[in-house]
Amino acid sequence: MIERRPLLDFVSHAVLIGGALIIAFPLYVAFIASTQTLEQVMQMPMSLLPGDQLVQNYTQVLTAGSTKGSKAAVADMLVNSMIMALVIPVGKITISILSSFAIVYFRFPLRNFFFWMIFVTLMLPVEVRIIPTYEVMSDLGLLNTYAGLTLPLIASATATFLFRQFFMTIPDELAEAARIDGAGPMRFFWDVVLPLSKTTMAALFVIQFIYGWNQYLWPLLITSEEEMYTVVIGIKRMIVGGDAANEWQLIMATAILAMLPPAVVVLLMQKWFVKGLVETEK
Amino acid sequence: MAGVAIRDVHKSFGPVKVIQGISMDIADGEFVVMVGPSGCGKSTLLRMVAGLESITSGEIAIGERVVNELEPKDRDIAMVFQNYALYPHMSVYQNMAYGLRIQGRPKAEIEKRVQRAAEILELDKLLKRRPRELSGGQRQRVAMGRAIVREPKVFLFDEPLSNLDAKLRVQMRSELQALHQRLKTTTLYVTHDQVEAMTLAHRMMVMNAGRAEQIGAPLEVYQKPATTFVAAFIGSPPMNLIPGRIAQGGKVLAHDGEISVRLPEPRPALEGRDVLLGVRPEHFETCAQSEALLSPDIDFLELLGSDSLVYGHLGADKQGMRVAARLHISILAKEGRLPLRFSAEHVHLFDPESTRRIED
Ligand SMILES: Nc1ncnc2c1ncn2[C@@H]1O[C@H](COP(=O)(O)OP(=O)(O)OP(=O)(O)O)[C@@H](O)[C@H]1O
Ligand SMILES: [Mg+2]
Repeated sequence: MIERRPLLDFVSHAVLIGGALIIAFPLYVAFIASTQTLEQVMQMPMSLLPGDQLVQNYTQVLTAGSTKGSKAAVADMLVNSMIMALVIPVGKITISILSSFAIVYFRFPLRNFFFWMIFVTLMLPVEVRIIPTYEVMSDLGLLNTYAGLTLPLIASATATFLFRQFFMTIPDELAEAARIDGAGPMRFFWDVVLPLSKTTMAALFVIQFIYGWNQYLWPLLITSEEEMYTVVIGIKRMIVGGDAANEWQLIMATAILAMLPPAVVVLLMQKWFVKGLVETEK
Repeated sequence: MAGVAIRDVHKSFGPVKVIQGISMDIADGEFVVMVGPSGCGKSTLLRMVAGLESITSGEIAIGERVVNELEPKDRDIAMVFQNYALYPHMSVYQNMAYGLRIQGRPKAEIEKRVQRAAEILELDKLLKRRPRELSGGQRQRVAMGRAIVREPKVFLFDEPLSNLDAKLRVQMRSELQALHQRLKTTTLYVTHDQVEAMTLAHRMMVMNAGRAEQIGAPLEVYQKPATTFVAAFIGSPPMNLIPGRIAQGGKVLAHDGEISVRLPEPRPALEGRDVLLGVRPEHFETCAQSEALLSPDIDFLELLGSDSLVYGHLGADKQGMRVAARLHISILAKEGRLPLRFSAEHVHLFDPESTRRIED
């Protein structure tokens, strides 16, 4: 906007601030609740001023979970979530960048067929194939393991598709120049394609980290032992029954803890993330 | 250093025949330009020499070695692409050093060779920059630098100057010439710009639809075009080709006898034969009406300062035979008839059937 129109400025700011408040308010309430005692939380209406239980509540959940619901330590769950949220994007990016490299740069029989097969799986999200996948994992004895938790989520048509689109924008002459320079296919991949894909990889990493971190249905199915819980599952397991039976201050503390890592990742990778979505180094 | 031999090379993409039998022997150190209209197969031929395209039939040899089955890196060539194809994430230095690094040369040698190439091309101050921080001309130079450091037996250029503006193109053209004089490396150069071809080439190959219409020194191609295609392609505006026939006594009667020229020497063998009479626009001169060989009706003028281009037609029909003339005068009537003459030495004769030149 180049024009200067005070009224428009005012309205747009009002809308933006209003929107931000609507998003931020529940987060604020969750944080406040996590600093109070159970009695304070249960008061109607709940006080919107911080209580004095911050250290105590967070120490409690980190080391021993809740007292009525799941007693697994949230610190362990955070580790599990972190493993899952890291293995999934790293695995996804590794596999899909290699497969799209093969699809774009090599001529082999049924190349297009394979591409379309990958593409078709886009239509099958985890939830649709969850029962057969569970069956396979259980037959392989992978229930309650990190492999079981992450493997089925690693295959990714979206990422393969994204890399393919990106590779197709790299001029053919670059591959030819590398061929004349004597670089074999893998050398070209390592020296040219990979560095050029950095921003795309970063953007994908952020998206997939959050995707992995927020997984709910799959970990719920595949983990039955407390030491394999992810933090999202942990929250669910702390909720045991009716409103009165739950220790909301502890659940809110866990929720806040569960929100932190994705927020940190987004903040740290923001620059790369935006770059990866809007520009490429060509 | 080595020459290049192209022997009856064909190339098909599926059913489409793109190169239809081209042969040429290129001497060691020669600068050969391949020129022709868009889509005639210049790039394809060059890419076959580079090893980027397979050869459907025929043989290409670099030096003594037939290279048909060799990978590009084993052919001892270096190529410069039209869009430069620099590695965007590498500095100028890294771009130039990349090939040598892959060959596993020692660091000191790479450093020395890159420095030398950078000095030749005046890139020494830009070595740390990324390609995107360079101007078009500088990128072009880096692309040439990348070719030079490899010290190949043959340079291959595919329209290297066509992305540059007119002024820079002229400058880079003379730099290329100087570079070749210094390195004396056999060079194959593709362009569709006839001025580039004329100025750079030791010999040029004029291509049309996958065939070599003529191979020869630039002046020879200009003075004795082998076919009407070459006659029209080299020279600007293109040569005028007027249908006529050879009459008794070595006279050519063209445009239904309106134009009558006596050939420098009688050609009894050709008498009665249909021909195309070729006259270059620059070989016309104005004259008095009584001396005129033809008087085209002026359609429009282009004043270039030093020269004027006159476009007109012969006869009453506006859609009739078109002629173009390049004259060294700038004061001209904008319409009406323009009496022109030309000297018989500048006449070219072509066979209208085969379009080949009738040898004199
Ligand atoms: N991979 C391909 N598959 C099919 N046809 C092709 C392929 N590459 C080139 N051609 C065809 O071969 C012909 C010659 O192409 P080429 O690129 O050699 O032309 P060119 O003389 O370099 O033209 P320009 O001056 O426009 O670069 C064109 O008609 C083109 O359509
Ligand atoms: Mg071309």
